Amino acid sequence: MLQKSLKLSRVMLSVYYAYMVEYRAELLFWVLSGTLPLILMGLWAEAAQGGQFALGPTELVQYFLAVFLVRQFTVVWVIWEFEREVVEGKLSPYLLQPVDPVWRHFFSHVAERFARLPFAFVLGGLFVVLYPDAAWWPTPGNLGLGLLAVILAFCLRFVMQYTFALAAFWTERATAIEQFSFLLYTFLSGMIAPLALFPDNVRAVVLWTPFPYLIYFPASLLTNQGDDIVQGFVVMLLWGSGFFVLNRWLWRRGLRQYSGMGA
Amino acid sequence: MQRYWQVLRLFWGTAIAAELEYRLNFIVATVTSLGGLAGSLFGLFLFYRTGYQFQGWSWEAALLVLGTFTMLQGFSAMVLIPNLNKIVTQVQEGTLDFVLLKPISSQFWLSSRVLSPWGLPDVLFGAIAIVYGGTQLGLQPWNYLVALPPLAFGAISLYSLWFMLGATSIWFVKIYNVTEVLRGLLEAGRFPIVAYPTAYRVFFTFIIPVAFLTTVPAQTMLNQSGASWLLASGILAGALLWLSNRFWRFALRYYTSASS
Repeated sequence: MLQKSLKLSRVMLSVYYAYMVEYRAELLFWVLSGTLPLILMGLWAEAAQGGQFALGPTELVQYFLAVFLVRQFTVVWVIWEFEREVVEGKLSPYLLQPVDPVWRHFFSHVAERFARLPFAFVLGGLFVVLYPDAAWWPTPGNLGLGLLAVILAFCLRFVMQYTFALAAFWTERATAIEQFSFLLYTFLSGMIAPLALFPDNVRAVVLWTPFPYLIYFPASLLTNQGDDIVQGFVVMLLWGSGFFVLNRWLWRRGLRQYSGMGA
Repeated sequence: MQRYWQVLRLFWGTAIAAELEYRLNFIVATVTSLGGLAGSLFGLFLFYRTGYQFQGWSWEAALLVLGTFTMLQGFSAMVLIPNLNKIVTQVQEGTLDFVLLKPISSQFWLSSRVLSPWGLPDVLFGAIAIVYGGTQLGLQPWNYLVALPPLAFGAISLYSLWFMLGATSIWFVKIYNVTEVLRGLLEAGRFPIVAYPTAYRVFFTFIIPVAFLTTVPAQTMLNQSGASWLLASGILAGALLWLSNRFWRFALRYYTSASS
């Protein structure tokens, strides 16, 4: 059993890695399209010169570079592919195979991370050359916890989006849900500003939602600014398992609903 | 010229008729753009809440920039995204052949075939933000009118850049996300250009002319920008439009139809 799943994941990873490397140029453009954190880095670094904010320019520059990297490794697009498969009836052949179709999506995302790695590091290196003052190194403990948080953040975001994607069984525009959730993600995840700069009452509310754990939490760990570490991981696991249960329930209900349009 | 008007009316009439089948989308689009505006306001508020100010831009003046940005976002959702992002598909599937055979300019066909009404809420909310900020600052109707030319120039520049990037798909085929890079960079237009460090300012004025898209129209509204900025904005729009046409013709020489 274990051996079989190991073999399966190895095969899927190598297949999807080859596939992703085939579209290197496209991948480079996806990396470059994630520039929002770098734009905000400029704004906040300039704004913090006057010292009116809780964080200094250097800390903010480090934070937004970490946001950029975290974002690179937690990008998820499963809903677009899943919606197409359902609407065009392409899901049907996959259902016949003895593997849950989710693993194809999951491993294609994981393989894409490896293909993205070189681009992201080149950009990160370029940045350190441009801003040598802000270069930093996370402590080994924080690095380990940060990487764990990045992996968990990716899994949480994946399971969230895949849960929304299952709405495709009932409606043709499941992506509308993702578009709305993406708004919350953009503004509440810490992509536009670290949560330390939010008003206190807003921050207290936002910390109950899953969004800050997708960006802010891993990024603050990587920049050695993390606090409430245990609480952060617990909230992530709670949201993750909640979505997981909902996901499996919707999947079973949805399959009964699925009629295999166009197939 | 008259033929083009007639064709345009037909294009947009059919496109709107087709889109109106999905009326629920309108509610979705409205809620999404309302959420987007609330988020943008929150983002701006984070800067202003401690008393910090973008150099020389009060909160109300910064709202004018944000409103202009939202309006341009609506414009791209209505015209640019539905049309220009399809050039890639046309090249990939070889259906560009049919467009080239038609007795009208292929650039015109590709840029205006579809009109999506779902960008309207953005245009509306952007206008509301501008009018709110303007009223607080005591702007006269004349101020809004005078901002229309730079706004139009900005829209033309944006279109031309987007079209040129779309046209590169003649060579690179599967490249629809190159316009995503442009869209990512345009996000910088949410804030007045003086809010950025010098290096960013140079980049967003001379390389990707974001400054001309949102800051210059807002400054014109506030009566702060000299005639030179307006002139530069007009020249830039004209030059980019001309360039986009030349570039398209040049690219077409390399077009070797697919699967036919």
